[in-house]
Amino acid sequence: MSVVLEQIFQVGFLAAILRIATPLAFATLGEMFSERAGVLNLGIEGIMLLSAMTGFTVAYLSGSLWLGIAAAIVTGALMGALHGVLTVALGLSQHVCGIGVTLFGTGLAYFLYRLIFGQQSTPPNIVGFKPVAIPFLSDIPILGPAVFNQFTLVYLAIIAIPVSAFVLYRTPWGLSVRMVGENPRAADSAGVGVISKRMQAVILGGALMGLAGAFLTMAQFNAFTFGVVSGRGWVAIALVVFGRWDPWRSAGAALLFAFVDALQLRLQAAGLGHIPYEAFLMLPFVLTIVAMAFMSRNAVAPTALLKPFRREER
Amino acid sequence: MMFRLEARTTTPAWFNVALPVAAIVAALVLCSGLIALAGAGVFEAYGVMFSAAFGDSYAITETLVRATPMIFTGLAVAVAFRARFWNIGAEGQLLAGAMAACFVGAFPMPGLLAMLLMTLAGAAAGAAVAFVPAVLRVRFKVDDVVSSLLLNSIIFYALMALIETVWKDPFSGYPISPPIEDAANFPVLMEGTRLHLGVLVALLAAPLVWLVMTRTVFGFRIKVTGENPQAARYGGIRVERVLVATALFSGALAGLAGVGEVGGVHFQVMSDISPGYGYSGIVIAMLARLNPLGVVPAAIFLAAVMTGAEAMSRATGVPAFLSDVIQGTALLAMLVALLFTAYRLRRVGGRA
Repeated sequence: MSVVLEQIFQVGFLAAILRIATPLAFATLGEMFSERAGVLNLGIEGIMLLSAMTGFTVAYLSGSLWLGIAAAIVTGALMGALHGVLTVALGLSQHVCGIGVTLFGTGLAYFLYRLIFGQQSTPPNIVGFKPVAIPFLSDIPILGPAVFNQFTLVYLAIIAIPVSAFVLYRTPWGLSVRMVGENPRAADSAGVGVISKRMQAVILGGALMGLAGAFLTMAQFNAFTFGVVSGRGWVAIALVVFGRWDPWRSAGAALLFAFVDALQLRLQAAGLGHIPYEAFLMLPFVLTIVAMAFMSRNAVAPTALLKPFRREER
Repeated sequence: MMFRLEARTTTPAWFNVALPVAAIVAALVLCSGLIALAGAGVFEAYGVMFSAAFGDSYAITETLVRATPMIFTGLAVAVAFRARFWNIGAEGQLLAGAMAACFVGAFPMPGLLAMLLMTLAGAAAGAAVAFVPAVLRVRFKVDDVVSSLLLNSIIFYALMALIETVWKDPFSGYPISPPIEDAANFPVLMEGTRLHLGVLVALLAAPLVWLVMTRTVFGFRIKVTGENPQAARYGGIRVERVLVATALFSGALAGLAGVGEVGGVHFQVMSDISPGYGYSGIVIAMLARLNPLGVVPAAIFLAAVMTGAEAMSRATGVPAFLSDVIQGTALLAMLVALLFTAYRLRRVGGRA
């Protein structure tokens, strides 16, 4: 037990949690915006992978990391728009479209990567983002180097959580998004453009998913591999449910998952991996399914989730 | 001239063929841009693809072997979606079926008995996995889309954990399960090919499932439950029971996909035993318009694209991942095409 505690109270460990949590936080917030507007986006896995690829490629070819980030965000937004056109504008079934977007995004990412870089024995890599120390704050013992000596994207993720909560709960736009996700009919009567609000939320969500993918290839691994996302999109789907469609809780769930993940990595490195690490990877999915069984009675999911809106159908 | 969208109540029968064909053509046309981007001739690339998939009898057997697991997952999804049980979990059910079949097949026993038990165990394992989202839905009103999707990850990690630890083949350096007994290997139907017994079973399963869906009370209940659960309830159908039974049926079919891969192709379980056959099942079921008979040509199409893409890659240098893009595009194109079953374009007003 003392070994476990020793591992926890280390600068490197705390820093690792934040690094693992960052892409999950972006992806989870993206999925949450989409679902709060009533659109389940199962395309997340493919959107993250394609954005991870475009971000990496643009950064590799241009030498500019921020240009890569911009490319990833645009890719994510475009893929979000694709999902939005199919499910919101055309009203097609969200889960099947989502699987289609994931298959399409994954295939396109693999295809373009292979086309641009060919088959190489060691994957090409870039010099990724470097941690940026915040003056004074980074001098705080333990917490300072762990929290205030991080990648800029990590700070961005930390800021994104309260900003998302503010946007969702305290702005007219956020109110409209929640309305079209809860009761599109009433929103429509109140003059809220259901289609446009849903489109905006899905596109914003896609952009955040793109940022999540970019973090993986441009800060965490500094290379693109075919397994770079490896189910993180599905984790985000689970975390949104586990976090009850709330920015704070969802981000908190991402942090909790990152903690468990970082802990299992540490224990494994310390030679204490008696339990196969897949048992930990399974955890968020098992917990979410259990949580869903208990939660459903309170019906916290957006009411109109999975339901396309067609004005003429009354 | 102006056009107006009108709701459509019935669709002509030829739509069942025309829509998937149109979707496939649209997908191939859209993806030809990627072939051109790769600097290859579009017709040459598709030509190589076609002849590699259907060019000679060996190629045809390889395509059929590849199609077999997808026929099963396609049937699994088609059956489930008919009842509006949104089974996104065929992938996990396939893996569970493969694990159960491999576990049973490793015990020494007469070949015929082994194959029978492997089939039963695989079907049962697939059904057991599908049972979870079904019960969660009817008991706790849990959304089946998300729960069945998340189960895929759970089963995958369970498989990985097993083949890396207690179930690892001691004679292999890789995370891979011990092989099944030689006697349990499915017999090859044609000398010199990989055409195994499971292929025949899959081809027979499709008409059988079609019979169940169209000619039995169970099939009728599935259909009514999917189309109008309220009416079904008034008609005395216990909708919850039908949903659970459909899930078991669907899961068993997806489990059989795993049985065939273990018994006829890989003879053991590894992490990449399914390159997403469960998700392909969704593409196939949609292309088939949920008709079990349509599942066979749809699965053969995807299998042909997959086997053909590898040959195309060798011949033209176009990355074989084109097959993944075609698969995704075909699904999205089919969904758009389905709009024509709900709406029709009607010309209104005079000439412009």
